[in-house]
Amino acid sequence: MKKVLEVKHLKKYFPVKGLFFTKGWVKAVDDISFEIYKGETFGLVGESGCGKTTTGRTILRLIEPTAGEILFEGKNVMELKGDELKWFRRKAQIMFQDPYSSLNPRQTVFEIIMEPVRFHGIEVNDPEEFVVNLLKSVGLNEMHLYRYPHEFSGGQRQRIALARIMALKPEFIVLDEPTSALDVSVQANILNTLKDLQEKHGFTYLFISHDLGVVKYMSHRMGVMYLGKLVEVGPADKIFENPLHPYTQMLLSAIPVPDPEMAKEIKAKRKIVRGEPPSPINPPAGCRFHPRCPFAKDMCKKEEPPMVKVEKDHYVACWLYAKS
Amino acid sequence: MPEPILQVRNLTVHFYTYAGIVKAIERVSFDVYRGETFALVGETGCGKSVTSRALTQLIESPGRIVEGEVLYYKEDGTVVDLLKLNEEQIREIRGNEIAYIFQDPHASLDPLYTVGYQIGEAMEVHGKVENIKEGIKRAIDILKSVLIPDPENRVKNYPHELSGGMKQRVVIGIGIANNPKILIADEPTTALDVTVQAQILDLINQLKEKYKATVILITHNLGVVAETADRVAVMYAGKIVEIGSVEQIFKNPLHPYTKGLLKAVPNPMTKIERLEAIPGTVPNLITPPSGCRFHPRCPFATEVCKRKIPELKELEDGHFVACHLY
Repeated sequence: MKKVLEVKHLKKYFPVKGLFFTKGWVKAVDDISFEIYKGETFGLVGESGCGKTTTGRTILRLIEPTAGEILFEGKNVMELKGDELKWFRRKAQIMFQDPYSSLNPRQTVFEIIMEPVRFHGIEVNDPEEFVVNLLKSVGLNEMHLYRYPHEFSGGQRQRIALARIMALKPEFIVLDEPTSALDVSVQANILNTLKDLQEKHGFTYLFISHDLGVVKYMSHRMGVMYLGKLVEVGPADKIFENPLHPYTQMLLSAIPVPDPEMAKEIKAKRKIVRGEPPSPINPPAGCRFHPRCPFAKDMCKKEEPPMVKVEKDHYVACWLYAKS
Repeated sequence: MPEPILQVRNLTVHFYTYAGIVKAIERVSFDVYRGETFALVGETGCGKSVTSRALTQLIESPGRIVEGEVLYYKEDGTVVDLLKLNEEQIREIRGNEIAYIFQDPHASLDPLYTVGYQIGEAMEVHGKVENIKEGIKRAIDILKSVLIPDPENRVKNYPHELSGGMKQRVVIGIGIANNPKILIADEPTTALDVTVQAQILDLINQLKEKYKATVILITHNLGVVAETADRVAVMYAGKIVEIGSVEQIFKNPLHPYTKGLLKAVPNPMTKIERLEAIPGTVPNLITPPSGCRFHPRCPFATEVCKRKIPELKELEDGHFVACHLY
């Protein structure tokens, strides 16, 4: 399968400013590597502050990484300039979480969608027809053409954002919690639309979310992040069926399941869910999960575990599976 | 026969805004039984929070409780209508016999006082301790009961020194400080991460058992409902559309909205080929749809749904639904 995106040893540190000097660094993303194949959805899950959003933005060069390499269709994104960078900006798009701040309140839907099209110099014969077709493909219609964002509900705004993305015919879209601001009944609509568009146009998605149910529904493969590190990567079905990393196990046993019988079962065998994610400013030494881990050994406090392959396509960074 | 602790009848709250009268909740009726966990579930703007606040008159201008009664069965056998009490009388009950836990622990705590002071104050106000000093001493035991490690030192901490999960434990501590009979938890875990959420829900359950309290849980998360509630009321656009035991609601949902809602949530433990979405969006409550408020989005809507407001009907033991299909 063709790789669309390859991330190698990506790091992003944010400085913590003191009065005169930098006091320390928030290691938001600390040495992560993964790849995304054409036409698939790669889910990225983790709790707040684990670095999933920073990862998504760094990949698109919306934030400059501290170190590491990002290859998009074989080209190093960090070295792109001029026309090539413009090409990358067109091919790789992002859909944000908050549909209330991602659309310009002073532009009509038509202007919102046409602005990037003009910027990238894409030839359109009949702009009105072009925009109407895009709106139809995301479940809106020509009635909405000259309305302003405040006239739409949250779900409709996310559809407008999606139409704007589609106008540029991208390859790769980062979906950063696209439904977190929406109600469940609306969320299902947007998720289905995203799936349909992927099937039709062959989009590749990086789907960032804290909602495990949504990630399971959307993703082919997924990665679990904890405090700036990827702790487990593999096919979504496999991770949910047989989570390897103790953090993934804790996370999965902590989700409330919308089924009372299943909930009873899960509650009965719920692993001790304990502690809270520590601050990423001074993360614990060795494996970052060791203070909360029920299986922590001496080794875990001293050395960082490497990412090892446990079965086909299923990788985990944990000393329970690695040989020192 | 379960014994009721609260009987809510025809509770109606309107907000008088410049844009018009927002009919936030209309003639909401339900019973809460002693010792159970009763969940109010629904999407944004369905009126679940307004309902929970109206129970103790916690509705601020421009909102007003237009009609209804909330009968509270005290332990000594007397019954009071909470909506008929004056400000002083209701304050004696609120925070004492009926306590609240709100969604955002950052906003519920005063940043200028230590957490010990804030717990102590809750007890002092209701005369459970002589003075604030004794209250702060008692706060240590309370912090212990909400499972905060090292309570002797934490009691001197200010809210900013604690993490989100720890703050929510303190808020729960304030809630249980006076040993309430009813604990109203309004989205208590929505601002928290899943691993912390699981711990907080466990804690609320433990405390409920320990103090033999009744819990009213307000949430939009169906997973949380399935896991913690005994009985559930589903709300849509300011009305209760269905009430039943947690098994009845999840295994045999009757109202088309409940059915749709359950199918729209992805269950992480099962394989789902395609989610079923509910078309349309939640209506505006200034001009709610006529008749059944769900009819514009309902796949089974008929003529009568547009004209007549459906009343709650008991279809099986304890299972009520407001729908013209039945």
